[in-house]
Amino acid sequence: MNSFLQNDWSPLWISLATSVAATFFTFVAGLAAAAWRERHHGAAMALVDGFFLLPLVLPPTVVGFFLLLLFGRNGPVGKLLFRFGETVVFSWPATVIAATVVAFPLMYITARAALEQVDPHFLQAARTLGASEWRVFREVALPLAWPGVLAGTILSFARALGEFGATLMLAGNIPGKTATIPIVIYFAVESDDLQLAIEWCLVDVTISLALLGGLYYWTRSQAARTSSSRWARS
Amino acid sequence: MPLEVQIAKRLRDFTLDVSFTAGSAPLSILGPSGAGKSMLLRCVAGLENPDQGRITLNGRALFDGHSKIAIPARERRVGMLFQHYALLPHRTVAENIAFGLDGISTDEKIRRSAALMDRVHISDLANRYPRELSGGEQQRAAIARALATEPEALLLDEPLSALDTHLRSQMEAQLQETFAEFKRPVLLVTHNIEEAYRLGDRLLVLSRGRVAAYGDKEQVFRHPPTVEVARLTGCKNFSRAKTISPDAIEAIDWGCRLTVTQPIAGTPVHVGIRAHHVDFLEAESQASPNDNVFPCWLVRSSETPFRTTLFLRLNQPLENSSDYHLQAEVFKEKWLHFRDRPFPWHVRLSPQSLFLMQE
Repeated sequence: MNSFLQNDWSPLWISLATSVAATFFTFVAGLAAAAWRERHHGAAMALVDGFFLLPLVLPPTVVGFFLLLLFGRNGPVGKLLFRFGETVVFSWPATVIAATVVAFPLMYITARAALEQVDPHFLQAARTLGASEWRVFREVALPLAWPGVLAGTILSFARALGEFGATLMLAGNIPGKTATIPIVIYFAVESDDLQLAIEWCLVDVTISLALLGGLYYWTRSQAARTSSSRWARS
Repeated sequence: MPLEVQIAKRLRDFTLDVSFTAGSAPLSILGPSGAGKSMLLRCVAGLENPDQGRITLNGRALFDGHSKIAIPARERRVGMLFQHYALLPHRTVAENIAFGLDGISTDEKIRRSAALMDRVHISDLANRYPRELSGGEQQRAAIARALATEPEALLLDEPLSALDTHLRSQMEAQLQETFAEFKRPVLLVTHNIEEAYRLGDRLLVLSRGRVAAYGDKEQVFRHPPTVEVARLTGCKNFSRAKTISPDAIEAIDWGCRLTVTQPIAGTPVHVGIRAHHVDFLEAESQASPNDNVFPCWLVRSSETPFRTTLFLRLNQPLENSSDYHLQAEVFKEKWLHFRDRPFPWHVRLSPQSLFLMQE
């Protein structure tokens, strides 16, 4: 009988680091895309939407395969990077790229819905008060859409944490480098190491519960803060 | 004139096509819902662009269809008061007011917002959030916020429509005070006739995107040029008319001959009288020949707390019919005084109160 997780905690750190990095990129890109899309209307926008949402509907393996074509030794991006002596495929950044791309649609779709919900009169009032478009977004639209944007961020983090298919295609299973928790679980099951698989599953469940619990308490404290500020001053 | 507007914009059901100027006297823009009033304000504020035309403010072109100028809203220096105030819900009153005060020191911001809050009497609400304020307080905060940027013109979109009746007169006083201090162009959009009259010095009546009447408010109310304007300014009684002599007409729908004092220019095709101008006489003998006195019968009446509206038929009663010729409005006291008198009653349509209109 081996010790817990065979004393190798690296998949946990890789998973967390990957998810944090992917959430960061997907937050920025998803929000920017949503804000940009808010201002553009027309028939061509349906295509843009389709492209942005593709990673959500395609099987992750297909997304991973496309990424492999793009970032591989002979892919357009891969070639360019190789010229600077960089290889993305089967490296830690590959896990981040895969997770970012797969999580992106969730951030985009949620942020867009949240921004659309903001009453345009607030934005117009800000404009008549002399605010630049950046200030209108940063100080009016974003704060008012914040609950939705936050929900999108959390969904993205959860999606990045659970990412498997695209990651396996692009980053492979290199212990201590690209082996995230889902990948370790898969290969543990495949090699009949059920105990290791169960232990990692427990870790995953723990992280998820902690995430949900933290979220629950955070929203409760937010609600309490708003209602206390409502009465404290009156 | 400081503000000159001449624009056209195709809307869904009609074309907004208006031209007017505004100086330091507030201009009321009156019209029914959907007449294009708000769109007009939004074009001046820069939230929408007209299809063509020109808007200038103190000599500065804000929009010019010819030279393709469309200054963005943030650079127009035009303050706007939205119907539901649009106070930023995540900022306190003081922060809302300071929002437009960008690029100055924090001390200066605090000093200026405090002065503005003082001006609209909400100094004690600085740290409240908009949702903690009453409608009137929200409006005061919105006024202060709009004035903070020291705009060169102020636009108000239905400023009192979201308020309870008892708050309206208070806020009307606040607005009058604000306009008096502001001394720059003020455009005030409303569908309420009394508001338009009380708050504006001049009046523009808008109907389906067109200017139906424009000028001094007294003039527009006293002599509405068309039936439409008369109706939009609250007149209830109209009749088709035919000229008989230089000072007499025949009111076709009322079935009577009327003496008029207003010179009959062109072909007046309608005559009108406001409901509160219809006079009731104690006895027929009080009347002189050219006084337009007619016997009348009551068809029905409708009471409000202080006034009664009477629906009348002239000349002869009509059994089993609710058709009426005129609506008269009288104070309750007067109504109680003569309601039990036998018919016919006698009404006078004073020549001074009658006005002639085009279709």
